[in-house]
Amino acid sequence: MDNTNNSQHISHKFDQEMEDLRNKVLKMGGLVEQQIGGAIEALQSVNAIGAEEIILRDHKVNALEVIIDEACTQILARRQPAASDLRMVVAVIKTITDLERIGDEAEKIAKMALNIAEEDAGFNSRYSGISHLGNHVHKMVHDVLDAYARQDVDAAIKVVRADDKADVEYQDLIRLLITFMMEDPRRISEVLDVIWAARALERIGDHAKNIGEYVIYLVKGKDVRHLDLDEVEKIFSLDN
Amino acid sequence: MSEAITTKIDSALFTANESEEDTEICMDVNNLSLYYGEAQALKDINFKLKKNKVTAFIGPSGCGKSTLLRCFNRMNDLVDSVKVEGEIILDNENIYAPGVDVTSLRQRVGMVFQKPNPFPMSIFENVAYGLRLQGFKKRRLLEEKVEWALKGAALWDEVKDRLDESALGMSGGQQQRLVIARAIAIEPEIILLDEPASALDPISTLKIEELIYELKSNYTILIVTHNMQQAARVSDETAFMYMGEMIEFGNTNTIFTNPAKKQTEDYITGRYG
Repeated sequence: MDNTNNSQHISHKFDQEMEDLRNKVLKMGGLVEQQIGGAIEALQSVNAIGAEEIILRDHKVNALEVIIDEACTQILARRQPAASDLRMVVAVIKTITDLERIGDEAEKIAKMALNIAEEDAGFNSRYSGISHLGNHVHKMVHDVLDAYARQDVDAAIKVVRADDKADVEYQDLIRLLITFMMEDPRRISEVLDVIWAARALERIGDHAKNIGEYVIYLVKGKDVRHLDLDEVEKIFSLDN
Repeated sequence: MSEAITTKIDSALFTANESEEDTEICMDVNNLSLYYGEAQALKDINFKLKKNKVTAFIGPSGCGKSTLLRCFNRMNDLVDSVKVEGEIILDNENIYAPGVDVTSLRQRVGMVFQKPNPFPMSIFENVAYGLRLQGFKKRRLLEEKVEWALKGAALWDEVKDRLDESALGMSGGQQQRLVIARAIAIEPEIILLDEPASALDPISTLKIEELIYELKSNYTILIVTHNMQQAARVSDETAFMYMGEMIEFGNTNTIFTNPAKKQTEDYITGRYG
């Protein structure tokens, strides 16, 4: 059974507050997605101005987190939500923490792009693996926000699974970057910047996975963190 | 061992104390239906009531929750044209079987109503009333029992110096705790509470809720309430009723976070309409 509830409350104002909350989370999500895209772009094109814009925009993500947190506290205090409403508020509180951290990671990537731009003229084609990883986690964030908006458990499970691939890509990339450092010790500092950026992308994948798990909790009412996904899917198919 | 398995074991250990697997059953309700004349007020109710737990009944007005509560001490017998089918088993015996002594049943199943109804007599006599009916005569014994009951109802400290004053001079919250003291004085096994806090201010309400929590170690408690947050706060198990049917019955934590039925969900999230 789909345990979410889309029918209206007796109190229309409560409906509005919940709708407003959902929209704010999607707005924050959209902004964060933009930040990741911009940061990856700035890294690839070694665009210092673009990187600076990303860094300057992070405070907007932080501000939205504070605003949404406040809105959740108000709803808890004034409405005492239960069941699916309660799960929605709890899931939002957790989701925005991860979104804010994704924003911080995007800022870190932009800072690395800035470092590389200051040190060197061009983005070495040997780092193309990071674009790959970047596109993968960028898509994870996009898909998980989509799953949240549509309350789609199957899509959320796909994102959770996609994190394994992000981890593998990250490992491969690190191995490659270490060989570059051994080959050409003069570029160690530059390669280290790329490693930090790769690390940030890998963390973004983890945060997207967390949000996927909150979406599952929101819709199904089951906490699936630290569980085996095959087992989780088996439980859900039994429910249906 | 994989991380997933150890996490599962850990979380099972942390919640082990809250497990309710071995709870004794206090009452067993089987196929209970009740009619007021032609109208059916309760439709084929089945559930097991756990001993030393608080069970809350919630649902919109007229859903049958008070009627169901009154079945447990056969208060509905007092209404003409009531017909009851099915059975309620208490200690292997159906309380609706012919020949059951209703007076002794009501000694085992005490009841407290929405509005406190102290008798127009002293505080002491209010609590001693049921004991005198049971044949207690010795003043010392009565005094001991009254003190015990008033302490049990968390009222002793407030009234110990004015036991001979009229109970009608007490505040509403005190009066409600007095009638709870009166109910527990005769040491019932089960206490039925019909909207015990709906006429009280928030502080008195919290005192009653605290009292319910303390009483449940010795009594099995059933409570009917319109206040859903109250049901969520005080009960171990919750039953949601609608139009004479028991829609969902289960652990309060589950009912208020992830109910199985859409009707329950709609009611507790304020979508019922």
